Amino acid sequence: MTTLRHAATIAAKDLRSEFRTKESINSTLSFSVVILLLFSFAFDPSPDMIAEFGGGLLWMVFAFAGALIVNRSFARELPNDCIDVLVSSPASGAALFLGKAVAAFVLLFGIECVCLPVFGVFYNITWWRSIGGLLGVLALGTWALACAGTFFSALTVNLRLRELMLPMLLYPMLIPALLSVMMLTNTLLTGQAIPDDFTVWLRLLIGFNVMFTTLSVYLAETVLVR
Amino acid sequence: MRRKIILALGVVALPLLLRNLYVIMFLVPDEMEQGPIYRIFYYHLPAFFTAALCYLTALVASVLYLAKKDQKYDAIAVSATETGLAFAAVNLITGMIWGRISWGIWWAWDPRLTWALICWLVYFGYLMLRSAIDDPTERAKNSAVLSIFASASVAVTWKAIEWWRTQHPGPVLSIRTGGVQKIDPAMEQMLYVNTVALLLLGLIFVLVRLRQEEVQREIDALRRYAHAMN
Repeated sequence: MTTLRHAATIAAKDLRSEFRTKESINSTLSFSVVILLLFSFAFDPSPDMIAEFGGGLLWMVFAFAGALIVNRSFARELPNDCIDVLVSSPASGAALFLGKAVAAFVLLFGIECVCLPVFGVFYNITWWRSIGGLLGVLALGTWALACAGTFFSALTVNLRLRELMLPMLLYPMLIPALLSVMMLTNTLLTGQAIPDDFTVWLRLLIGFNVMFTTLSVYLAETVLVR
Repeated sequence: MRRKIILALGVVALPLLLRNLYVIMFLVPDEMEQGPIYRIFYYHLPAFFTAALCYLTALVASVLYLAKKDQKYDAIAVSATETGLAFAAVNLITGMIWGRISWGIWWAWDPRLTWALICWLVYFGYLMLRSAIDDPTERAKNSAVLSIFASASVAVTWKAIEWWRTQHPGPVLSIRTGGVQKIDPAMEQMLYVNTVALLLLGLIFVLVRLRQEEVQREIDALRRYAHAMN
């Protein structure tokens, strides 16, 4: 219970700090829109093409945006050695990790909710046909990104090439989750009939989240205490 | 003592590898459908087994490092990971050569091939992470944590040929098909013999790399000592 209370405090602190400065929100949101725009220049998006890889396109944008958000998770604590103060506070490593992951999840999910209608307008998609399922899948995929990203952000926070190392470690590790969420989003986004392997991808995504969350919570203390 | 063990292993492994090469190239008959290219399978699969065993060794060493904080486990983990990466590269390259002849393409975005590549990239990231951290304790700790996460990708690669039915051939060894004989017993036996040979070679590589790592750590310690004395 104490861990969850501490995690909520950390998450609230991170969100309050972000909403005051709007540093990550503004840059990530504009970056996402620019990437959506660039994709439309890279190929001529016909309805058939969008039905085939719209989900993949959308999650490429979210994956890039996610890296920007999670990169700041622990890096924002570096000035004035705030990270040392957080680590030596009564909050455990697990609480610290969970709080930061929840904050990253809220920020990223908010950005996704803004990008989704923009994507619908740019690529002419009636994306709200399965809105409930789509938001559920987006939440699962976003948690995978926030959880794994926050953990690797803690792992790489003190490295010389932090901005380069984080995506290099994160993306290969995230591929099972990204692959699943792209397949699921593609089906729900374009209103296709639910294919037979839908539950396989859903189980893979849930399994990834359960495994990554458990391991990250268990190992967070080891990574954070120096 | 370790040098003698390496030499002894080499004395066993080298004749076995040469004998296997001779048998594979000149004595075993061609496969009915694939022709002579199937012979690459005698290196493709054993290379994967050796890489998987190296990754497993790295996982155990990483867990032991986190539990005991002894640098020797970190040295074992990095030696096993580097050797595993080399054998995984052999697995990927031999698979690509086979694919070029059998499918007409070097690479297919088949789930099984893709997982093997992801696994390789994840462990390559492990080496990149190590090179980016100067402090030995911090490096050992973070690498051990990453190795634990990376081992999940090995498990998926291992199961990938059962979970996804795609272009890549399914399991053929009787130990993975529940005793059902899908290839000639003589071919299967030869595969096991070559697996033993590649495992011995992998063990030699790990031991040599471990010695290098230990010497490197001694040099670093001496350098730090000399620096402190000045």
